[in-house]
Amino acid sequence: MSSASPSHSDRISRPLLIAGVAAAIVGLVVVVALIAFFVDGGPAALGAWLYANPFGIFVRYLLESLALLVMVLIFTAILIYAERKIWGSIHLRRGPNVVGPWGTLQPFADFLKFILKEPIIPAGANKGVFLLAPLVSVTLAFAAWAVIPVGDGLAIGNINVGILYLFAVSSLGVYGVIMAGWASNSKYALLSALRVAAQMVSYEVSIGFVIVTVLLCAGSLNLTDIVHAQQSRYGFLGWYWLPLLPMFVIFFISALAETNRPPFDLAEAESELVAGYMVEYSASLFLLQFLTELVAILSMSAMTTIFFLGGWLSPLPFAPFTWIPGVLWFLAKMWCVVFMFSFVKAFVPRYRYDQLMRLGWKVFLPISLFMVVAVAGVLEATGWGAHH
Amino acid sequence: MQAEAFFFWVFAIVLIVSALAVISARNPVHSVLFLILAFVNAAGLFLLMGAEFLGMILIVVYVGAVAVLFLFVVMLLDVDFAELKQGFVRYLPIGALIAIFVGGELGYVAFSWIGSPSPSAAATPSGTLSNTAAIGRVLYTHYFYFFQAAGMILLTAMIGAIVLTLRHKVGVRRQNIADQVARDPKTAIELRKVPSRVGI
Repeated sequence: MSSASPSHSDRISRPLLIAGVAAAIVGLVVVVALIAFFVDGGPAALGAWLYANPFGIFVRYLLESLALLVMVLIFTAILIYAERKIWGSIHLRRGPNVVGPWGTLQPFADFLKFILKEPIIPAGANKGVFLLAPLVSVTLAFAAWAVIPVGDGLAIGNINVGILYLFAVSSLGVYGVIMAGWASNSKYALLSALRVAAQMVSYEVSIGFVIVTVLLCAGSLNLTDIVHAQQSRYGFLGWYWLPLLPMFVIFFISALAETNRPPFDLAEAESELVAGYMVEYSASLFLLQFLTELVAILSMSAMTTIFFLGGWLSPLPFAPFTWIPGVLWFLAKMWCVVFMFSFVKAFVPRYRYDQLMRLGWKVFLPISLFMVVAVAGVLEATGWGAHH
Repeated sequence: MQAEAFFFWVFAIVLIVSALAVISARNPVHSVLFLILAFVNAAGLFLLMGAEFLGMILIVVYVGAVAVLFLFVVMLLDVDFAELKQGFVRYLPIGALIAIFVGGELGYVAFSWIGSPSPSAAATPSGTLSNTAAIGRVLYTHYFYFFQAAGMILLTAMIGAIVLTLRHKVGVRRQNIADQVARDPKTAIELRKVPSRVGI
């Protein structure tokens, strides 16, 4: 694309124009924000307004949410590029290397392609539900980030039942898929939606029990408290991945199933169901579905980081390492988990559906049930729990 | 406080409108989707009352699991509306009777509720305890036997469902995972010397 001949130049100029306009709008917003920041009595007055005035609080939440949204969107762009490079290198290919330096602009080229193409709504589709489905999915995927603490106190909503909220939002994710599958009026989409629904409900059970063991150890449903509970002088040896190692493994595998990632991507098994519930979606509607999957992977990785890898805590709890801001530790850990997600996709063959159900109900469920009882018993007998 | 009142009205109005839409929507799948919307708004009302644990559990259990199965079943059903409407007159008396009973009960609850302490005070009995912990303390002390009984009833229902649907078919070839994992090249692969132009 970058080495286009002159005859193709007019085709490329339109995306460039749109990108330019978008950049100009973002620049304008930044300038306005800066002016507002410095003119209205300086940062102190603005800070007081943002924390005291009801409207100011609303504006603060809006700005925080916008910042988070932009951060997560940038992460998804990085994720698209990183995954394709990782798979490429495992397959002994180069991966994306044409658009931009080392192919780094590939996600943005993809994005423009999705935006500029025509969204097609099938004639037999249930139009309202068909359009609503990707919106439901993408909203829920982003909503999970509202409670995720990326640093100490750095969460938009530091709510008491944060862990339940995350669980609720991830269990609602199944609706986007079912609605998309049913509304498409296509047998592939419907079959795929049924597969996803059964798969997600099954693996939620084991995820739920894993979460129960974590909160038994932490003694709180608050995500910030869960990370604090992992703080000890043993550093990374005190995080929950080691004492709860079987649960860490079960959680990671269940997270793969919950996000429909290989080896559990039966929803879109190409050889059986074409593209599954996304088969009728095109252009920007498909972009939303695609975005949902990527954001779900990121939030599952963030959940793994918080539950088992000590969140923003430094792995070695002494001087030079504790100087590094917690956000960087959090992001580093999260991207390690994301890397494991990509890694698994490249070399694990797809499961068969009955094997998937067997793994969920006959292997993970008994193990996690037993672990809940065992962990509760150990905590009760030794008094290691956070508080009694 | 104004924000709370605003959200109360939003949740309450959407809840009632979607509850009406559940029974008036022509497409049963739309009905279930409206039911889910009603559940979510009810969870929102719980949150406003300060009962965040109940709100989240409502979403996890009813919306995340029960309603998924509803939607599942309704999506796969082939509902014939003409046939459904034929039975309307026949079922009207018993339907009306149930409606009167339920309406009376709801009315009784509504009237006895007036004058009780404000909901947010009731939801968090002691200011220091989070209401998740408060529910746990009550549920596992005062109501321990009821809680266990509810668990036993659910277990019975689950076993009953399994017993009712379990069929042992003869002649079904099942996969034995343990056997399959235990296979190794020595038992699974047979090497034969095939003479030229003869075959096996």
